[in-house]
Amino acid sequence: MTTLELFLRALTLQAGYNSALVAVGAGLLGIAGGGAGAFVFLRKRALVSDAVTHATLPGVAIAFIVMVLLGGDGRWLPGLILGSAASAAIGLMGVEWITARTRLGEDAAIGAILSVFFGLGIVLLTVIQTMEGGKQAGLDTFLLGSTAGMLIGEAVLIAAAGAVAVGLVAILRRPMTLVAFDPDYAATLGINVRRTDLAMMGLALVVTVIGLKVVGLILIVALLIIPPVAARFWTERVDRLILIAAGIGGVSGFTGAALSAAARDMPTGPIIVLVAFALFALSLAFSPRRGVLASAIRHRRFQHRVHLRQGLLAMARGEAIYDRLTLRILRRRGLMRGDGVMTRTGRGAAGRAQLDETRWATARRLRADDPVLERYDGLTPIDQVLTPDQVAHLDSLLPKPEAT
Amino acid sequence: MDADWGVEFLQLSLAPILIGTLAAIACALPGNFLLLRRQALIGDAISHVALPGIVVAFLVTGTIAAWPMMVGAAGAAVVAVGLIELIKRLGKVEPGAAMGVVFTTLFAAGVLLLEQSDTSGVHIDVEHALYGNLESLIWFDATGWSSLLDIGALAGLPPQLFRLAIVLAVIVGFMAAFWKELAISTFDPGFAQAVGIRTGAVGFALVVAAAIAAVAAFDAVGSIIVIAMFVCPPATARLMTDRLGRQVAWSVLFATTAAIAGYVFAGYGPLWFGSPYAVSAAGMIATVSGVQLGLACLLGPRRRRTGQAAAPQ
Repeated sequence: MTTLELFLRALTLQAGYNSALVAVGAGLLGIAGGGAGAFVFLRKRALVSDAVTHATLPGVAIAFIVMVLLGGDGRWLPGLILGSAASAAIGLMGVEWITARTRLGEDAAIGAILSVFFGLGIVLLTVIQTMEGGKQAGLDTFLLGSTAGMLIGEAVLIAAAGAVAVGLVAILRRPMTLVAFDPDYAATLGINVRRTDLAMMGLALVVTVIGLKVVGLILIVALLIIPPVAARFWTERVDRLILIAAGIGGVSGFTGAALSAAARDMPTGPIIVLVAFALFALSLAFSPRRGVLASAIRHRRFQHRVHLRQGLLAMARGEAIYDRLTLRILRRRGLMRGDGVMTRTGRGAAGRAQLDETRWATARRLRADDPVLERYDGLTPIDQVLTPDQVAHLDSLLPKPEAT
Repeated sequence: MDADWGVEFLQLSLAPILIGTLAAIACALPGNFLLLRRQALIGDAISHVALPGIVVAFLVTGTIAAWPMMVGAAGAAVVAVGLIELIKRLGKVEPGAAMGVVFTTLFAAGVLLLEQSDTSGVHIDVEHALYGNLESLIWFDATGWSSLLDIGALAGLPPQLFRLAIVLAVIVGFMAAFWKELAISTFDPGFAQAVGIRTGAVGFALVVAAAIAAVAAFDAVGSIIVIAMFVCPPATARLMTDRLGRQVAWSVLFATTAAIAGYVFAGYGPLWFGSPYAVSAAGMIATVSGVQLGLACLLGPRRRRTGQAAAPQ
């Protein structure tokens, strides 16, 4: 079977029960990540979640050590997740505490918590390697994620927890939206802003610890950051932003997991992140409102209108035109012949442009303080701004063209 | 017995301690200004994107020689900074989020490249990039304390030591030469422009200096120390004093003590607990600098924000 066939089978959940479960789990994880991340993004705290994700490492290591010392299996996933959640929570409180109690900024707090917790985690990992059976602990798969050889119970756990996180996003979306946009207004409505913020970061934390096994702790933050940033290109409304971010996250998680299951040497976490980035890049390029392509087209249209108008005015005044773009636009529209002489339609258009310009100038001279007339930009025809009878009145005031 | 201890120390510990210290200082120095400019996370971003740079350099040159690696990492840092700007401007995306998008993506690309290419024969992997291998930088040529004066033996010191020394000298030179410009444009950009300082160029030069420090240190000690040293010693120093010069001096002191104490705890600490195995020196150095910062947050004489009590009610 080719890689493509394998990929298609994985996409359609026919590549075996285990990888189907993993793909569904990764999809749910992506939905939860995109949804929770949307609020984190709106609250401008994207990088706080980076500190939180790195802060999971010491918790994973300590949980492993404790479980082994208690005589159990150190790799028991629920235990590791509990440990990671505890240390991530401590890291989050550390960021808040440093920002609130000292003169240091949030960026310094994030950098400090991130590097120190990660460093401590690495120290503990090397301790584990010296423990009996620690060599096979496989905890380094938590750095970059791995779905290869995942137990079925673990996949079920991840899928279920992902579903719970999606539910939490749905329940908490109203207070979180209010706090993200206007904390003061939210407070007057009786919403506890601090607690809502904590709930939001708690949700990010839930996504993080679920995602540890699949995406890994270095890259899981991407599932919180990239989908909302991509979704922002498509909408100005927060409810749609959440839905689109969740959709992008879900597609990234599902497709990434399927791709990684289908091909060799395709680590799950990085693939999911790269799929998410591809969707982001598409949004950046092709979004109709804020995309690069759309704004390039808008810019070009505007440029054409300016050149056309200025060209017509110059023709009306009998001035020579040297600008290449202006000449090209005039010729292409059949307003000017190849030798630079106006055509019949060109003369008409030039006359109309000149008339419009004169109307504007007269109106602005007579009613200098009229706010309507401040919409003059040298492009908008005046009959789009004034009513027909206003224009007719204006025409009666125009300086009479000299008889020829 | 004493002589044996001396030789062992010179062979196994001297070079890592020196390299760790140089790397820590080289990162902490520009870190002071990055901290004051609220750009502390630049070190974080640079060290994430160094991985794809190194992998690409390896794929292009086919070797793991130091200079191509450093050029690759520096190139990746430039690409990342450019991409962040591009996304910020084109998409009107908030800076933090733009940074998050870029460095996670580039890191993911680096990991994927690494997994896809045949690097089994060489020592290049994600773990190495994350926590370096300070412990492996040993000085075989040392035969005793007299080796410290023996040119031939000194030439056998790990090359990272010399590279970091050069980089540190460059950074010290840069900061000494542009101290006034850096200070003024950090504290009062408007005034700096009024007196004719090109604040944009100064800011860019600072980021370049930080990138050079990060890349040189990254090669020797891995990205954890780099991120920790950009942030922790300057942040700790910031809680000790209100004066820039003293803050820089404190940060050098904290970086040095963290590097030395971290290495010693990692190498000898487990022995005190009866374990014959050492733990990760890179991780321990970051941990020690975190403890320093924690203590300063609790006890530092200048830990609180000033000016709030005086603000009008």
